[in-house]
Order: sequence, then structure tokens, then C-alpha cells
Amino acid sequence: MIFIVLFLIIVMLAAAVSASIFKDLMNAVIASCLVSLIASILFFLLQAPDVAMAEAAIGAALITAVFVIAIRRTKRYEE
Amino acid sequence: MRRIISIIILAIVALGIALCVINIPFGASKTKVGNYYIEKGREQTGAANIVTSVVVNYRGFDTLGEVTVLFVAAIGVSTVLATLKKKTKKEVEPASLVLSTGCRFLFPLILFFGAYIFIYGHLSPGGGFQGGAVIASAFLLTYLGCRGKRISEKRSKITESLSGLVFIVVGLIGLAVGGHYFLYNFLPKGVLFSLFSAGIIPLIYIAIGFKVGSEIAGIIDKLVEES
Repeated sequence: MIFIVLFLIIVMLAAAVSASIFKDLMNAVIASCLVSLIASILFFLLQAPDVAMAEAAIGAALITAVFVIAIRRTKRYEE
Repeated sequence: MRRIISIIILAIVALGIALCVINIPFGASKTKVGNYYIEKGREQTGAANIVTSVVVNYRGFDTLGEVTVLFVAAIGVSTVLATLKKKTKKEVEPASLVLSTGCRFLFPLILFFGAYIFIYGHLSPGGGFQGGAVIASAFLLTYLGCRGKRISEKRSKITESLSGLVFIVVGLIGLAVGGHYFLYNFLPKGVLFSLFSAGIIPLIYIAIGFKVGSEIAGIIDKLVEES
């Protein structure tokens, strides 16, 4: 159990760091979506299913959609 | 040079946060109010889910504030986007048959799941905010899958206003009947773990679910329309 949590946390940290260094903003958005998704799994493992549901629906789905729409209106690559 | 200074400042900030956090007893049952909710929550509110009893009953007024914040955000988005120039209508390419059929198949199922989350909010995990977000994601799916379909802006506004009105009217009835505080639980509590229990909590959560769902769906509709 503890190894699963450790693995998830390491993946989450890697996704968070890569979201800040990716030049392609679409990749960065997907990486931050992964952070939210793993956060929701961790909330569930910490016995907070209410928060996990909100995080999965808002953090992983709707925020990603808003960012993708914003990128479509502006530029995709960072200089 | 600047980089070294910023790293030093970052280290000092991290040290300060660590020193602040290290003395907080996470996970220990120190707070009296938390223990009180866990012990008395079920018999006082009739809701099997203690989180719901706190969100809707003990801290119902805060929930009204949260809903108001979301409402203000939705108004802000529509105000900012209304100042932009309307694009000329382009012919949208229709989605492929597989995609549109799949979306049409999934849309009612997701709506049903969202409704389940907020109707059963007092019995199982979930509630108005989560269910509303799930319903909004169903609308997002139709925007992505069946392009060209739009929700009626007027109807979403009417749903939003009516559900907000239900919230406030139920709270004011509680204030008038109970006479103690806003959102007084004036309906009978019923049997624990049954669907019709916990007094006004299911009513409030259904109102919040409709309100959050229509607000977020409206925001997404505005954004998709402009892009």
C-alpha cells in the first residue's frame, strides 16, 4: 500500500515539474491534468471520497477543458 | 547572481513554512468541534454522511457564500467575453458518426450519474458541487463530440436563478419557523440511511446541484462559443 502511494506521489511530482518546463503548452496542460487526477486518487486513499469526486470532476476534467480552449485562442508554443 | 539570491530566498521561505507546519498535529483528534460533529452529527441532522451534515447544515451559510462566489465568477466570465467581437459564423464540420453516436449514448448516462450524486448526497459520498460538476462535464462532452449543439442560454439562466431562489427560500422558511438561525432544519428527520431523511438537506443539495451544473455549463458554453 505504502509503495503504491509513494509511486503515485513520485509520478505526481514529476508531472508537476514537467508541467512547468514543457515548451508545448498542450503537453503542460495534460501534465497538470495528471497532477489533479493523482491528487484525486490520493484523496480517495486518504478516505476523503467527497473531495476526491470534486477534484476529479473539476480539477481533471473542467479545468483542463478551460485551458485547452484558452490555448486554442492563443498560441500553442512558448518562446 | 540573481539566481543565487532567488534560491536563497526560496530556501528561507521553505524553512519558514516547514517550521510552521512541523508543530501541527495532523491526524490527531485535537479539535473539539470535529469530535462533536462526528459524535452528534447523525442524530442532530439525520444525514448519514457527516461531511454533508457539516456542509449543508452546520455550515450552510458558508455554502451559500460558495455558491455566490461561483455565481459571481460566471457573471464575470460572461461580462469579459461579451466585450469581445463576435466572430462570423463558420460552418462547423460535423463530427463523425461514431463520435456523435457515442456522445449521444453517454450524455444521458453522465447526467443520470450526476443527478444520483447530488440526490444521494446525504447518504453516500458526493453532493451538490460534485454532481453539478459531473453534469457540466456531460455538456462539455456534447460540445466536443456533437459539434454545433448548444444549450439554450435563457433556460440555463432560468434554472440557475430558480435553484438559487429555492436555496434562499428554504433557508428563510427555516429562519421563520425555527427562529434561531438561517437554514434551520424544519422538516422531519426521518429514518437514518433512508432516501427521504435528513429534512431539508436533500432539497438544498438538489438546488445546489442544478445551480452549479447550469453555471459551469454556461461558462463552458460561453468559452466554446468564443473559440
